[in-house]
Amino acid sequence: MKKARKTGLIFFPAFDWAISPTHPEREERLLYTQDQVFEEGLLDLENIIEYKPSIASYSDINRVHFCVPDARAVTTESHLIAAGGAITAAEKVMNKEVDNAFALVRPPGHHAMLVVHGARGFCNVNMEAIMIEYIRHHYGHRRIAVVDTDCHHGDGTQDIYWNDPDTLCISIHQDGRTLYPGSGFHEEFGGPNALGTTLNIPLPPRTSDEGFLHVLDKAILPILSEFKPDLIINSAGQDNHFSDPITDMRFSAQGYAILNDRLSPDIAVLEGGYSIEKALPYVNVGIILAMAGLDYSHVREPEYNPSRFRQSEEISSQVAREAEEIYELWSRRNELRERMIGDAKYMKRRKGVYYDTDGISEQQETIVRICSDCGGVVMVNSRSDLGNHIFAVTIPWNACRECRREGESAYDKAQKKDGYQHIYLQDKDRDLYLVK
Amino acid sequence: MILGIDVGGTHTDAVLIESGRIRKTAKVTTSPDRIVDSLSGIAQDLLKGESLEKIQRIVLSTTLSTNAIVQNKVDPVGLLVISGPGLSPSHFEIGGNTRFLSGYVNHRGIETAPIDPAEVTRFHEEFLRKGLKHVGIVGKFSTRNPNQELQVEKSIHNGLDHVSLGHRMSGHLNFPRRVATTYLNEAVWERYSSFVRQVISFFQGLGLSVPVYILKADGGTFEIQHSVEFPVYTILSGPAASIMGILSMTPDNKNDAIALDIGGTTTDIAVFADGVPLLEAFGVTMENHKTLIRGLRSKPVGIGGDSMVYVKDGQILIGPERKGPAAAFDGPCPTPTDAMIFLGLTDIGNRSKAEKAVQSIAEIMGITVQEAAEIIFENTCEKIALHVHSVIEEINNQPVYTIHELLEGKKISPKILYIIGGPAKPMSTRLGQLLGCPVCVPSYYEVANAIGTALARTTAELTILADTEQGTMTIGEEGIQEKLPSRFTREDAIETGRRMLRERALRLGARAEDLEIEVIEDQEFNMVRDFYMTGKNIRVKLQVKPGLIAGFKTGELS
Repeated sequence: MKKARKTGLIFFPAFDWAISPTHPEREERLLYTQDQVFEEGLLDLENIIEYKPSIASYSDINRVHFCVPDARAVTTESHLIAAGGAITAAEKVMNKEVDNAFALVRPPGHHAMLVVHGARGFCNVNMEAIMIEYIRHHYGHRRIAVVDTDCHHGDGTQDIYWNDPDTLCISIHQDGRTLYPGSGFHEEFGGPNALGTTLNIPLPPRTSDEGFLHVLDKAILPILSEFKPDLIINSAGQDNHFSDPITDMRFSAQGYAILNDRLSPDIAVLEGGYSIEKALPYVNVGIILAMAGLDYSHVREPEYNPSRFRQSEEISSQVAREAEEIYELWSRRNELRERMIGDAKYMKRRKGVYYDTDGISEQQETIVRICSDCGGVVMVNSRSDLGNHIFAVTIPWNACRECRREGESAYDKAQKKDGYQHIYLQDKDRDLYLVK
Repeated sequence: MILGIDVGGTHTDAVLIESGRIRKTAKVTTSPDRIVDSLSGIAQDLLKGESLEKIQRIVLSTTLSTNAIVQNKVDPVGLLVISGPGLSPSHFEIGGNTRFLSGYVNHRGIETAPIDPAEVTRFHEEFLRKGLKHVGIVGKFSTRNPNQELQVEKSIHNGLDHVSLGHRMSGHLNFPRRVATTYLNEAVWERYSSFVRQVISFFQGLGLSVPVYILKADGGTFEIQHSVEFPVYTILSGPAASIMGILSMTPDNKNDAIALDIGGTTTDIAVFADGVPLLEAFGVTMENHKTLIRGLRSKPVGIGGDSMVYVKDGQILIGPERKGPAAAFDGPCPTPTDAMIFLGLTDIGNRSKAEKAVQSIAEIMGITVQEAAEIIFENTCEKIALHVHSVIEEINNQPVYTIHELLEGKKISPKILYIIGGPAKPMSTRLGQLLGCPVCVPSYYEVANAIGTALARTTAELTILADTEQGTMTIGEEGIQEKLPSRFTREDAIETGRRMLRERALRLGARAEDLEIEVIEDQEFNMVRDFYMTGKNIRVKLQVKPGLIAGFKTGELS
C-alpha cells in the first residue's frame, strides 16, 4: 500500500460560463466530472480537502503578460477565478497545508503567450504562469518545471518562459503537423540564455498508454532529476484520451493516473480535454486518486478495452526514438548554446501569432540581451491586425545590473510618437508594472 | 392539543400545547434501555386529567436508532454492492457481509455492464445459509437509474425479512454514503419496527387515534407508519428538536442567527440563514459513518456546564471530558457550573461545595478563588465563541460552482444569538459580548426539544434529472425512470417536481396547508456532441423546507 498524501482540490466548473453555447469550452464541460467526483465520494476522503478558489487580481496577470490594451479588456470573471484557483492550489502547497494540489478549473490557459491581444486555443491568460509568478513573488524565487501533458503543444507557456533558464517547460503532445497549434518541435529549444529549458516531445497520432509512459520514464523523469526543480507542475490537459473528439491519441484514464503517480507533481492545473462524458470523469478521478496516493487500479472507463487501443510496433519504435533524441538534445544543451550564441550581444526573433478563437493576427519581434548573469532583458515589439502596436520590456528575475539598466532605459526612451499605443515595463524583482 | 415528546439521551421532555400556548410541560430522566417506557410514562403523566379527544396530533423524537448504532445493537446486514469501476471496493465494505456484483450504470444513468443473475443467486443463497435476514442493495449512480437495484431485489426477495434499496435513501450523489446509509437503515430496521408497533399500540390503548409523527434529523416529521421503511432518517433528531424548538420560541426570526444548546458535556452550535436553519451539505455523520441523511447542521463541541476543569502546565483547562455533575451537585471535580455558582451568576446547587471545588484550582494556581472562578468562566465562554467563529467561517468558505455564487454568494453574518440549555442564562451576557450580538434566551428553554418536536412540519425532498437526449426522466427517491414527453423544458421539470413532491409529502403525512415547496437547485445544460446540440440535461431539486406547522408562526411561543 502506498503512502496516502494530503491533496488539495480546487474544483471550479464555472457552470455559468461558456465561450459560446455549443463551443467545447461551455457550461457542460465539467458537469459529468462533478457527478463522478461527487458519486465516488472523493471529497469525503480524509486526505482530500476541497478549497474555494480565490480571485486573481489584474496585478497577478501583469506579473506574466502584456495584455493589450490591459488585463481587464482581455479577461472575464471566469479567467480571474480559474487563475485564482491555480493560485489557491499553490498557496495550499507552499503553506504546507497539503502535500500537493489539483486546480480543476476552467477555462484553460496554456496557449496564452507573453503578449495577449485576444484569445487563442480557447485561452486568454496563462493559469500556470500566473501561478508560478505568484509563487515567486510571495514565496521567493523557485526553480520550477512545467510538464504539459495536454495533447496540444503548450505554446503559450513555452513563449512566456522562452528566456527563463529557471523554468523548465516540457510539452508532450500530438505531432504539430497533425494538430493545432502546429508547433512544438525539437527545434523549439528555448532562447539563447535558456537553451534547453524548453523541450518539446511530439508524439505520433494513435500513441497509447505504453508510449506516453515510455517517454515519461526514459526522457521526462531523467531530465527532471537533472534539472532539480523545487516544484513540478503538471499542465494537465486530458485530450490525449482515446475518446477525445478533437485529437487523435489513445491515452486512457489508467494511463493518466499512472503518469501522475510517477511524475508526482506538486500542483496540477487542468488544461484542455473535451471528451466531457467518456474521458474527463474517469481521468480526473484517476488523477485525484494518484495524487492523493490512493489505489487507482480500479479506475477505468466503462467501455475501455485495452486490446483495442494497443499501439502499433511502428509507433512504439518511433516513440522510443523520440525519447532518446530528446534526452540526447537535453544533454547537449550547453554545447549547443555556445554554438548558437557565438559572440552575439543580442538575439532577435520574429514570429507571427494567430489568435484562432478571436481571429486576430499578430506580428512580433523580440530582442533579448545575451547574458550569462541572468535571464537577460527582453524587449518586445508587437503589432496586431486590430491596429494595436505596443512596445514591452521585461526585466527578468535576479536581473543583473546591466540588463536592468538597459531595460529601464529602453522603457524610458520608447515614446508614443514612435507609433506605439502602449508602452509597458514588467520588472520581476521589484514587482513593478508600468504603462505609458 | 398537540403532544410533543423528545426522548433524549439523558432527559425525556414532553409538552402539551393548546391553542398556541404551552399548557403543561414535564421532564424526566430517560431509561435508555426502555425507551418506550420513558415515552409512555411521561405521556401518561402529562395527559392525566386531560380530555383526550382534544388531542389532534402527537409528535415524537427518539434516540432509539441513534442508540442502537452507538451501542452496536444492530442486526447483521448482507450488502449487495454494484460498485463498477472507480474507487477501490475496499472503501465500501461495512459490517462484514459485503458482496460485490458485476453491473454498472454510468453518470448519465446508462447501463454499461449488466447484472449477472447467477452471481446474485449465489450471494442470495450464501446470505440465507448464514441466516442473514436483512439485505441492502446499492449501486453506483443508482439515483440516476434505479433499474439494476430493482432487478436484483426482484430475484432475492425469498426468505428475507426486509430489503433496503440505495436509490430510495436520497437523491444526492455519493456512493460511499449511499452504501453506509442503506446499511444503517437495514441494521436498525427490526428494532425500529418493533418500537413503532409498541408505540402505536400504546396510543391505541389510550384510545387515541390521531396521527402520530416521528421527528427526522432534518427537523421535519413523517407519519409513524411511513417511518418504518426509513428508520435511518430518525438518527440525530435530538439536535434537530432543539433547533426547531428555538425556531418556535424566537420572534421575528428573519435574520442570520446562531443557536447554542449548552449541555453538560457538549455545546451544539447551529446556524440560521435568514431565519431558516441550515442543513448539512451532504448528510449527517453518525459514529464515523458519513451518510446521505438530510440533517440540520449542528456542530457539537466538547465543552459544557459539567466539563472537567483542571490545571496542566500552569494553565487552567476545561473539558472536553465530563467526569460527572458539577461539584455543587456532588460531582467529582470542579466545573464551569461551579465557577458560575461561586460568581453568583446562578443560584442552583450547593454554593459551598462549588466554592471548595474552585478553590482547589485557585490553590494550584496560587490565585484567589474569585480570580480562579473568573478565569474558568471567561475561558469557557471564549472557547465556545471561538468554535462559533470557526463554524461561521466554514460555512462561508463552502465551495460553490458558479461565478455568480462565487461573486454574489450569501455570507452568513449573525445578528442574534439564541441560547438554550442549563447554563444558558448565566452565560448569555458574556457570550453575547464575545460574539457581538444581542442575546435571546427563549422562555421555555428547558423543554425546547419537546416544543420543537411538537410543532415541526413534515418535510420531503425530490430530485429530478431530465435528459432530453436520452428522452428519460429519473426521480431517484421515488425509484422512477420514465420516458419524457417531447419538448420537455426546465419549467416542465419544475412543475412536475412540484406536483410529485406534493404527492410525496402528503403520502409521508404532510397536511396540505404545510406544503411550503421551494426549488433548491435548478440547472440546465446544453448537451453538445460532435458540435451539434443533441439535448438538454436538466437538474431540479425541490424541498418542503423545515419549519413549523401552519398556525404556528415563528416565535409564537415566545
